[in-house]
Amino acid sequence: MPHPAPVLDAVTTAGGFLLVLSLVVPVAGVLLAFAAGGRHVERIAPLTMALGLPIAVAIALTMQQAGGPLVYLLGGWSAPLGVTLRADGLSAVMMVITAVVICAVGVFARAEFRTPDGLIEARAPFAFWILLLAVWGALNTVFLAGDLFTLYVALELLTFAAVPLVSLDGRAETLTAALRYVLFALLGSILYLVGTALLYGAYGTLDIVLLSHRIRADPATLAAASLMTVGLLAKTALFPLHLWLPPAHAGAPAPASAVLSALVVKGSFFIVVRLWFDVMPGLPGPAAAQLLAALGAAAIVVGSVVALRQERLKLLIAYSTLAQIGYLFLMFPLAFDPISGQLQRGGALTGGMLQAISHATAKAAMFMAAGLIYAALGHDRIAGLAGTARALPLSVLAFGLGGVSLMGVLPSGAYLAKKLLLDAAAATGQWWWAVVMQAGGLFTTSYVVLVLAHALWPTDDPVELRAPVPRLREAAALSLALCSLALGFAALGPLPHATLSNPFAPGELWSALVVVLGGGLLAICLGRRLPRVAAAGVVRAVGRPVRRAAGAVAELLERADGVLREWPVAGLSLLVLVIAFGITMALGRWR
Amino acid sequence: MSTPTLFGLFGAAAAGLGLYGLIVNPQPLRKILGFNLLGSGAFVFFGVVARRGAAAGFGADPVPQAMVITGIVVAFSATAMAVALLLRLFQATGSATLHVDASPAAGEATSDA
Repeated sequence: MPHPAPVLDAVTTAGGFLLVLSLVVPVAGVLLAFAAGGRHVERIAPLTMALGLPIAVAIALTMQQAGGPLVYLLGGWSAPLGVTLRADGLSAVMMVITAVVICAVGVFARAEFRTPDGLIEARAPFAFWILLLAVWGALNTVFLAGDLFTLYVALELLTFAAVPLVSLDGRAETLTAALRYVLFALLGSILYLVGTALLYGAYGTLDIVLLSHRIRADPATLAAASLMTVGLLAKTALFPLHLWLPPAHAGAPAPASAVLSALVVKGSFFIVVRLWFDVMPGLPGPAAAQLLAALGAAAIVVGSVVALRQERLKLLIAYSTLAQIGYLFLMFPLAFDPISGQLQRGGALTGGMLQAISHATAKAAMFMAAGLIYAALGHDRIAGLAGTARALPLSVLAFGLGGVSLMGVLPSGAYLAKKLLLDAAAATGQWWWAVVMQAGGLFTTSYVVLVLAHALWPTDDPVELRAPVPRLREAAALSLALCSLALGFAALGPLPHATLSNPFAPGELWSALVVVLGGGLLAICLGRRLPRVAAAGVVRAVGRPVRRAAGAVAELLERADGVLREWPVAGLSLLVLVIAFGITMALGRWR
Repeated sequence: MSTPTLFGLFGAAAAGLGLYGLIVNPQPLRKILGFNLLGSGAFVFFGVVARRGAAAGFGADPVPQAMVITGIVVAFSATAMAVALLLRLFQATGSATLHVDASPAAGEATSDA
């Protein structure tokens, strides 16, 4: 290669061993638990979590002190020959949030996946704890991998750990969901693998830092970039490649849904960010970034509207995940700097990642709360939730706080994320993404308000609970929701780009009011099931024709969603997207 | 036509056939086979890359070969898992199709309007 070899990451930095520990601990937990078997699994898993959380925090602190990335060269070999582990700011934040969510899920799941003395050991608890640790190990590998092939292996590990979580209970629907998930995910990973082969053929290395110095805009690289991007989008379930997500996330047991929705989709999303911001910041160009965000906008609209039409709480939350995934991709055009022609790390990226972590915590809390409600009531029909708030106040509070922090009201992380993204939209003059973001906030509010309205609706006959709800489980869900709500305070500390404004300023109160009212109005227009009295009174006020017209639009979107989730259509969309990204990336170069 | 080009074309053909089967064929077992064919095509392509990437006078670049072996292991595990899921599905329902797209959240039948 004619390029001068950049002298980067040539040595292991101080604290680099922490990176190895963060991979070794979960994997050792998996192996030990597998070897020890049976009841021991339930002791090994909490022990692993107790070790893993401090390691993640230590990595973040060490990195902050060092003021730069932590690097560990495996065996002392530097790239391109060796394999590098590298933790930058993004990895450190994601690792800490992952550890927090995994630990909260661990606390939550103890009551569900437990084998008391005297009972015969079952397979589900054994599998759950091992898979939970395996997801953790795979995610840490995703966050630390310094080259594209290690990322591929990490991505596959993540899929292999996540798929069985879907079908833990062994019912036919969940087996089908798991099979759809694994087959579509494999299609995505093969696209990614072909992309790495093309890159290796062109540049002779897959190390992220080396590649970022060598990358050129030739046809092979463009093909590789578009193949890898679309493969990762299939694994992230960005609209229209979401055929596997709703049944998989809604059918899994509550702790598994929390992990899948909060963390697993973030793994492949993180690799997209790595690819676009670190490997090839100058390659995608403005048109491809607009296309990516357009898919995100479509995801927000379709995901939210279909969420409003759901009869069951878990499916509603699953479709909400679909919409929130769309939100994550809005940052790409906002991070594009037209002068340098590159994606820049700045306010938009910070906002996008903040959105990812606040969604991770909030969505885990919401799935946990839904699981508690399901376990207590014996069903999760949204129309049958009346009186739940009185019977299960803490669970409904956890769901509500999780939902409120997703809406983006102060002081939640989503508020700060939205503010950063709106600032970036204003600075780059892309008002249309600001509109999409505000509309996204309204849609999020609408389905949260719909569920809360049902849950808060008074009922004459008290709700019968099938089983008492353990306080510890409610506390786990509630603490994650509070965590998401408090993420906005990051503005006071580590985030230099952001400022937290006075939450009681008239402007802030006014915009919060508009969001809540608008969301409520959307819920009344588009919601399939309204609380009974509201249905009688408010619908008359809004007018039947409006609700009928909105219902027709919603039905159309529902039908479109159904068609797009058919296998051949999803496969074709995948191919069309590969071509579309290839063309937009090429166009971006020539202009 | 040189050997690497020929290999590349065969890899592309295998990948294309596999992709077609994976997308179009409704039966899960055939989809799994399609995935394997697609994977084989990708691995052959990786081999071609190894041949062309040999810059320093070696017979071939060993790195892509190591990657292909890793990829084969991954594809094997994936196939094993998919087949295991398929077998469980067949045991549970007596048929193996991906078309069951009913509401997955179990519970009572919806009775109230």
